[in-house]
Amino acid sequence: MFGSLTKFRRNTILAIRSLWLHKLRTFLSILGIIIGVASVISLLAFGKGSMKEALDSIKRQGATNIVARSQKPPDDSATSSRSFVAIYGLTYRDYEKFQTIPSIGLHVPMRVFPREVRRHERMHNGRVVATIPQYMEVNKLEVAVGRFLVEKDSELFRNVAVLAALTADKLFPFDDPIGQAIVLNNQEFLVVGIIKDRMPTGGTGGSQAAEDFNSDIYIPLTTSRRRFGDVIVQRSTGSRGAERVELSQITLTVDANVDNPEERKKVKAAGDLIKEMLERSHPKNDWAITIPLDKLIEAEETERSFEQLLALIASISLFVGGIGIMNIMLATVTERTREIGIRRALGAKRRDIVFQFLIEAIVQTSVGGLLGIAAGISVVYGLPAVAKWWSPEKTIPAVLQIEPMVYSFFVAAGIGVLFGLYPAWRAAQLDPIEALRHE
Amino acid sequence: MPAIVQVQRLIKNYYLGAVTVNVLKGINLEIEEGDFVALMGPSGSGKSTLMNILGCLDRPTNGEYILSGRNVALLNDDRLSDVRCRYLGFIFQSYNLLPQYTVVENIELPLMYQGKQLNERTRARCIALAKLVGLGDRLDHRPLELSGGQQQRVAIARALVNDPHVILGDEPTGNLDSTTSVEIMEMLISLNNAGKTIIMVTHENDIAANARRVIRLRDGQIESDVRNRN
Repeated sequence: MFGSLTKFRRNTILAIRSLWLHKLRTFLSILGIIIGVASVISLLAFGKGSMKEALDSIKRQGATNIVARSQKPPDDSATSSRSFVAIYGLTYRDYEKFQTIPSIGLHVPMRVFPREVRRHERMHNGRVVATIPQYMEVNKLEVAVGRFLVEKDSELFRNVAVLAALTADKLFPFDDPIGQAIVLNNQEFLVVGIIKDRMPTGGTGGSQAAEDFNSDIYIPLTTSRRRFGDVIVQRSTGSRGAERVELSQITLTVDANVDNPEERKKVKAAGDLIKEMLERSHPKNDWAITIPLDKLIEAEETERSFEQLLALIASISLFVGGIGIMNIMLATVTERTREIGIRRALGAKRRDIVFQFLIEAIVQTSVGGLLGIAAGISVVYGLPAVAKWWSPEKTIPAVLQIEPMVYSFFVAAGIGVLFGLYPAWRAAQLDPIEALRHE
Repeated sequence: MPAIVQVQRLIKNYYLGAVTVNVLKGINLEIEEGDFVALMGPSGSGKSTLMNILGCLDRPTNGEYILSGRNVALLNDDRLSDVRCRYLGFIFQSYNLLPQYTVVENIELPLMYQGKQLNERTRARCIALAKLVGLGDRLDHRPLELSGGQQQRVAIARALVNDPHVILGDEPTGNLDSTTSVEIMEMLISLNNAGKTIIMVTHENDIAANARRVIRLRDGQIESDVRNRN
């Protein structure tokens, strides 16, 4: 065992020296491996980068959330067809029923409607979100100045408002908004806090449109109901409409860890339960339910199939690289026929010759693997920098991973074994007398 | 003196398609330990084939070859490799050193294939042999940096490193000028005087004259077997 290890080491050193004699040729023969490994590593890094962006945007919506929202029914003829006021959507009763589900930790009802907000001569078309203090937790808001809504605000029907970044910026471009008044529907509200700039959630298709949170005005739900009621009248040029909606959305957070597949089932189960409850109490189909986790799972599946595709491309390119190695090795065996004859005459067995050439192949592909990893890393860091220099608004997200490097190194070494075996065997089959005579 | 090489009824045929070429037609030969034999004969006489068989690079079609008391005629390829690196030393016409190795590493090569642990002791032995052949100051040179005579001296040191029972020379002076040839022959003579058995193929009568015994082959048979008086 120890003997074979030193033999291995000695053969490796001798192989490196043999290859060093033909630096350019060795480099050219391993170029295929280098490019193969480099492209695998960089493609995986870029793929992971863009995937991570998509996954992060889903996680921002809260991956354990279940979002039930009111939706204008497709055909309202069944009830109150003549009515001026359209009545539909989630109710406070639904909200109370949801509170009986034990696996749900947070229940956040909201009433959302667009409304212009004024402060002196300034005006901003904002989006009023009437909600409860837990909204902040569920939507992962960060307070920039002041505070978010608190329980007392709801209990006392206070006229307080928290502004999102853009709203605050539009209404108070020069002064501190905290403690100042804004006007909503002819009612004065006291600004108590500002929310930090928030990334919009990506429109992931289906019923979930992209949402921009930066024009929001947060007020207590109780205050909204008391001051504005459930009927919201909307005026726009040429038409006028009113809707009676108790709650526009209820966001429910399941107590579960998203990264644990067992706990994910809890989210699914809660989602199914809510769907069932709503189906029973809302025959009008005036609601929709979104489970961001479904999108997360979908995205993760896409990522997996992308990785499989890359693995396929990688194996093709490494295979091609291996053929290059084999080609050069076969030429080398012919060229070194005399050397093989000398070694055989001096007592080398066939397996010694096989071992020698196999080690040379493995050394080549392993060096190719290492150079490929280095090249891959430089592409991952270099390409986004070049892209940034080319057009500054463009960013290429990349996440460098260790595992593909380890894998591709060992695969490259394995390619050396696979494609070195035949040339090595050919070398060993040479007749020593013939080989010695070879010029 | 006991016979170190014993060859009996040695036959070697080559089969070229349907034609059988009878290269060695029943050779009987005994070589004693410490002898110095020159093997001569015109081309096609079978001397190279006999040399290859004596060097365990080839197997006879029929007959016996007993080297140091063991029949090696029918050993398999791996066993023959073992015999080559333990009992035989080779000196070739074209030196046959490995260009990528230094002088010392070339001398070391047979030890490597014996499966021996290469260490300071074996290294010291190689260096001592290099000094013996007068190359103590060229240890780290590559073969291409040496003259023909120097390369052949490296080959002699390599042939000695495994302390062989028989040294086989295949026209060891064939590529050398006359002065260097004389040097190499003197070296072989002194090795023989120290007790080494040497078998050497040569074309030249004055080289053969250095040997103790001259065997001439013709058409696959021994034509003459003469002891030199010197």
